[in-house]
Amino acid sequence: MAYSKNVREAYQGTLATIKDAGLFKQERFIHSVQDAEIEVEFPAGAAPKRVINMCANNYLGLSSHPDVIKAAHEGLDSRGYGLSSVRFICGTQDIHRELEEKVSEFLGTEDTILFPSCMDANAGVFEAILTAEDVMISDRLVHASIIDGMRLAPAIHDTFKHSNMLHLEQKLQLHSDKRIKVVITDGVFSMDGDTAKLDEMVALCEKYDAMLFVDESHSSGFIGKTGRGTHEYCGVLGKIDIITTTFGKALGGASGGCVSGRKELVEMCRQKARPYLFSNTIAPVVVSGVLSVLDTLSKSTERRDKLEANTAFWRKGLTEAGFVLKDGNTPIVPVMLFNAKLAQDFSRDLFDEGIYAIGFFFPVVPNGQARIRTQISAAHDIHHLEKALTAFRKVGEKHGILGKTKQEIIEKYGA
Amino acid sequence: MEEMKDVILEYVTNEYLEEDDDEISYDTPLISGGIVDSFSMASLKRFLEVKYKISIPDDKATPEAFDSVDKIVELVKEYVS
Repeated sequence: MAYSKNVREAYQGTLATIKDAGLFKQERFIHSVQDAEIEVEFPAGAAPKRVINMCANNYLGLSSHPDVIKAAHEGLDSRGYGLSSVRFICGTQDIHRELEEKVSEFLGTEDTILFPSCMDANAGVFEAILTAEDVMISDRLVHASIIDGMRLAPAIHDTFKHSNMLHLEQKLQLHSDKRIKVVITDGVFSMDGDTAKLDEMVALCEKYDAMLFVDESHSSGFIGKTGRGTHEYCGVLGKIDIITTTFGKALGGASGGCVSGRKELVEMCRQKARPYLFSNTIAPVVVSGVLSVLDTLSKSTERRDKLEANTAFWRKGLTEAGFVLKDGNTPIVPVMLFNAKLAQDFSRDLFDEGIYAIGFFFPVVPNGQARIRTQISAAHDIHHLEKALTAFRKVGEKHGILGKTKQEIIEKYGA
Repeated sequence: MEEMKDVILEYVTNEYLEEDDDEISYDTPLISGGIVDSFSMASLKRFLEVKYKISIPDDKATPEAFDSVDKIVELVKEYVS
């Protein structure tokens, strides 16, 4: 047997090290559909408890919306469960192409190609469109999937300080001799909830003849007046060369992602992107669900408007209660606690109060930046948010952090 | 070569440190000290090559050779004519 005692013990040792460092991740089982209220089994084996969910990417509350479920059922009935093939053999249905066209229309791009996930889109796109003569210049806080994708690409890689346009310009000057330059950013950054300065980035890219890549996973469907994304919010619709986004968050929440943008770049992905070439695409049932989501969002901004109002209510409530928040106006609202243990204790205490929100700490966020990341949804009603605020105030008071500054919290708990 | 030392120290400081980070010196461990991650070494190598008009072979651009400003100066001096 190749899996010898020594090999097993080596892995057990590594896992023990992860546990000792307090970095061991454990899943919590949810016994209900995804929604503003969910039933969570925690700790494992405990009876499921009904709690208000403050940590899903279910921004528009569509994950379990009856219209989406109905559309998914219809897709299942009319196009079946699976395709048992990659796209270019016999794995493309009419609804896949229909979804690609609908996404292009929604995002205001020339063309779109679907991927099994946005992780796959980001993993495949750079290798497909860049060569060793090119350069990728990325914001230092881009998502892990982008970093993985850049590692797979033959182009050289450089970074600029988070949202620092002066530094970005210096890098564009440094690499001015490269054949193709791509500036890479998230639209909304998932940990801090801040928004990329896409208007300034478009201007710099035009000045230095660079392409602009934006991951819109935490923006598509609700950022901007009609929810098209950060490019709409910043007034640069049609000026982003490559957008990647997910259908696993606001746009139905199931799975799947895409690369959308200039038609030649999309075609390069169709010819060369390995996650597209060597994997089945999105299942018909999910495609049908996402088509229904885009249809709903194209007709009305009601859900993104409710999300915007909920976010304003939540931010105002937390600020008045005396919490330290990260600045921003997106539905990602980080409550800063700075200390990793405090973040874990705070999360556990919230759960006792019927609120489900997770503590984030190093290495997911920088050392000394531990937090509870709250995420607001259009599925929340004001009574959910009022109950959550009451719980946050109670737990904040217990730990003595209400009205305290960053420095005072760090002095009390350490960073 | 004092000037080269200072140029590289200034570049590393501006490039990798945030405003509230502690200052670094010529012998501060950069890679092993977690200030520069190995992925960012490519941009440091590129800066040195453009600045000093040299070409550093990939097999010489190791984390050890880039681990302090002093070590980087030693490496660059090998290739500056």
